[in-house]
Amino acid sequence: MSTAVRPAAYQACSDASPAARGALPVLRERGQREVFCGLTGIVWLHRKMQDAFFLVVGSRTCAHLLQSAAGVMIFAEPRFATAVLQDRDLAGMADANEELDRVVAQLLARRPDIRTLFLVGSCPSEVIKLDLARAAQRLDAAHMPRVRVLSYSGSGIETTFTQGEDACLAALVPECPAEPAGAAPSLLVVGAVADVVEDQFVRLFDAMGAGPVRFLPPRRARALPAVGPGTRVLLAQPFVNDTLRALERRGAEHVPAVFPFGAEGTRRWLQAAADALGVPDDRFEAAVAAPLARARRAVAAHRPTLAGRRVFFFPDSQLELPLARFLHEELGAELVEVGTPYLERATSAHELALLPPGVTLSEGQDVERQLDRCRAARPDLVVCGLGLANPLEAEGVATKWSIELVFSPVHGFDQAGDLAGLFTRPLDRRQRLAV
Amino acid sequence: MQLTLWTYEGPPHVGAMRVAASMTGVHYVLHAPQGDTYADLLFTMIERSGARPPVTYTTFQARDLGGDTAGLVIQAVRDAAERYRPDALLVGESCTAELIQDQPGSLAAGLGLQMPVVPLDLPSYSKKEHWGAAETFYQLVRAVCGPLAPAPGTPRPTRPADRRPRAAVLGPTTLGFRARDDVRELRALLADAGVDAHVVAPLGASVADLRRIAECDLVVCYAAEVAGTACEWVRRTFGLPVVKTVPIGVGATRDFLREVAEAAGAAPPVPAPDASRLPWYSRSVDSTYLTGKRVFVFGDGTHAVAAARVAVEELGFALVGLGTYSREMGREVRAAGQKYGVEAFVSDDYLDVEARIAAAAPELVLGTQMERHTAKRLGVPCAVISSPIHVQDVPARHSPQVGWEGANVLFDSWVHPLMMGLEEHLLHMFRDDFEFHDGAAPSHLGAKAAPAAAPRAPERVTTAEHEALLDAIAAEPTGVAVDEPDAEPARAVPAGAPRWQADAEAELRKIPFFVRGKARRNTERYAAERGVAAITLDTLYEAKAHYAR
Repeated sequence: MSTAVRPAAYQACSDASPAARGALPVLRERGQREVFCGLTGIVWLHRKMQDAFFLVVGSRTCAHLLQSAAGVMIFAEPRFATAVLQDRDLAGMADANEELDRVVAQLLARRPDIRTLFLVGSCPSEVIKLDLARAAQRLDAAHMPRVRVLSYSGSGIETTFTQGEDACLAALVPECPAEPAGAAPSLLVVGAVADVVEDQFVRLFDAMGAGPVRFLPPRRARALPAVGPGTRVLLAQPFVNDTLRALERRGAEHVPAVFPFGAEGTRRWLQAAADALGVPDDRFEAAVAAPLARARRAVAAHRPTLAGRRVFFFPDSQLELPLARFLHEELGAELVEVGTPYLERATSAHELALLPPGVTLSEGQDVERQLDRCRAARPDLVVCGLGLANPLEAEGVATKWSIELVFSPVHGFDQAGDLAGLFTRPLDRRQRLAV
Repeated sequence: MQLTLWTYEGPPHVGAMRVAASMTGVHYVLHAPQGDTYADLLFTMIERSGARPPVTYTTFQARDLGGDTAGLVIQAVRDAAERYRPDALLVGESCTAELIQDQPGSLAAGLGLQMPVVPLDLPSYSKKEHWGAAETFYQLVRAVCGPLAPAPGTPRPTRPADRRPRAAVLGPTTLGFRARDDVRELRALLADAGVDAHVVAPLGASVADLRRIAECDLVVCYAAEVAGTACEWVRRTFGLPVVKTVPIGVGATRDFLREVAEAAGAAPPVPAPDASRLPWYSRSVDSTYLTGKRVFVFGDGTHAVAAARVAVEELGFALVGLGTYSREMGREVRAAGQKYGVEAFVSDDYLDVEARIAAAAPELVLGTQMERHTAKRLGVPCAVISSPIHVQDVPARHSPQVGWEGANVLFDSWVHPLMMGLEEHLLHMFRDDFEFHDGAAPSHLGAKAAPAAAPRAPERVTTAEHEALLDAIAAEPTGVAVDEPDAEPARAVPAGAPRWQADAEAELRKIPFFVRGKARRNTERYAAERGVAAITLDTLYEAKAHYAR
């Protein structure tokens, strides 16, 4: 294999932010990526926002991806579909915009419950330079106020897996109403979390007397939170960086923090919000004491299974950094390599600061070479996508398939034990099986 | 543009992947953007494959588009050739790469690699998965066997008398419906007929195995969707007879053995009378209640045609619908429909299929994974007979569809979802029993169905839901709101339409829900045609008698 063409460049981190002082070396890879594209986010977003519909403008491959990624989960008619481009669209025999108008009209007639329609760009629509932003404007003008029409790109040439959610939320930001001038500071939690987790957070913030607290995405896409200079933005997911920038452009202020995974991660995350909103220390402690203690107990039960175990992360959902921090800090796991699709330093600075020295960070992927490194390192547990999990198991390597980490309630105090359990279950299972 | 929710087939390059992943020593370099690797999990998850499919993706990104995407192809081909050292290399592109026109096949062919390079040209915007599999398999067979072809017009050498006839079984692939198990049965059937399964491909075959097609005396086309093109080429090129009957069901298995014997120039084997249990199981009195059960069949062409025959001729069902998503097999499926008295249809729109199922009011659906979901929504029993498949369609046990054992499997798996005979009678007799609500599952299937849970009055809610669903779907293919029906849907009654009296409405509920929608519509039509304003109990039974003629 020629290393001259695809150099594996070890580079010292040049970021000067205090949190990156550890200067962890980053292995940057360029090659085959075993990662979903941004369209995949539709699989959870269409359930999160119950009045929204996602229309991918793409190919049969896009439709097949969504169907395969959604897999067994969907029994009801989904709130997403694909406008599949065909030969006549590409050959210019059909006007793409007229075709799109026709398909949208057909869809809206079928689903009168749709209040927000996202036109989602794909690899083919990007390559043929179909301007979905303009199409959305035109369709929005035609269908408002009944249906708001927005657009974003979930194409694989521009976005990986969870970045699709970022692009979707960023498209919502300009639609958010402005906060009235002089409004008291409010908290905006950004990144889709399970409804049950959202409710838990609301109760915690209520107990602190902090608020108002709003969420992006909201459960109904037509009930968008107000945004303005008083808005303090707390990220619940590490992949909503473009959304953060869009909010900052509207005057909102970022509250830097780690992400709310694990007992300690959730405590730090809540603490950052409490500080930003001026919650007194005693009020904060009183609000979190009981759930924090519960979470610590729940996580501790899993510690003996993971302590000292060597864990290897393949890049997938962009949750790798916070999850690696959680496994290391709260469960005593040893980190062999932490792969992430891309490294966004501005929002992961607090996470990077908590990673142990000596850990290999890798950004991007050359899956063959990464598998070589993984096999050589013989880790006790590999966190990877579904395309790799069974093949690695067949080689005798225990795996945690990572898409479950995106599709389960794992944030917050009362899910910290469940989150730990997702990592210990594969090891526990191996202990039990005698076949 | 075509509005698509669920699809029956993936893009054509997934068909190519199925061929590559079925074989040993074949590698596929796919020029594709990030995200197209999703297709790997079809193999690793649905079939629980312990190996990644042998595919290298170039993974180009937006920033590469202005630059050297062709360079990425060359590098990926070189890397794959060196790492995997395949016996044959397939090179092609997915939908996005097709647009940037790097011609990866020609690029690879120009690299002077050691192994044969087979360029694939699979148009993503007009063709689909099965076509892609068929084209890939054909190109591969042609590339490997082409050099062995005799000069045109050369008479086929006669088989030495002391050598058993050899068959090439073409068509089984990964992600095919029960292909793994069917191969075992096909080998056994051929052995019984005194024929060697000399080659089975693509599933489990190497490139060297493909070469041995030239040594065969006949070809068995197991799946026309995948192997039709290759079989036709082998027939033309090597003069081999092709056996086209797929032995699904007892009758088709008998036909298959006859055709094989004829092609091999041997006497047909005489199967033992008890080779399959299906004939006796079907004749035993316990099966009487299966008589005339309304069954709707949908699948790929091969399985739809086979299922229609088995349903009608071997289980005594009444075929009320027959369709396929395989446009290439439309002729065969329509012919089967004609034979069994239904107008067969071709559609790859699952909502269209759903509407047709609802309108036909079947008591059993034999379909794909998609129809399993549809049937679940409609509350109709279902067995899966065709790809597209999901993980539960790849059972751990041997569960073939072809041959004698396959017929046994068909009997079991099609009858199992149904309510047992006496139970069904009791349900019809005592509709007012509180446990006989519409959501109640057959007792041997446990609590699996029961869509409406305890706290609400189950009878009323499930009735309303099913009815609303059936009515909504049957009414118009568009305007369906299948998703999350409201607890108390209001049925829109057009002005001037006949009104239901309370006792007639109550009587209507005593009719099993899967035919209730139809009974309601028929009764309303009957009343409307006669200018009856109020539907009474008598109107209901008059209408029943009228439509029963």
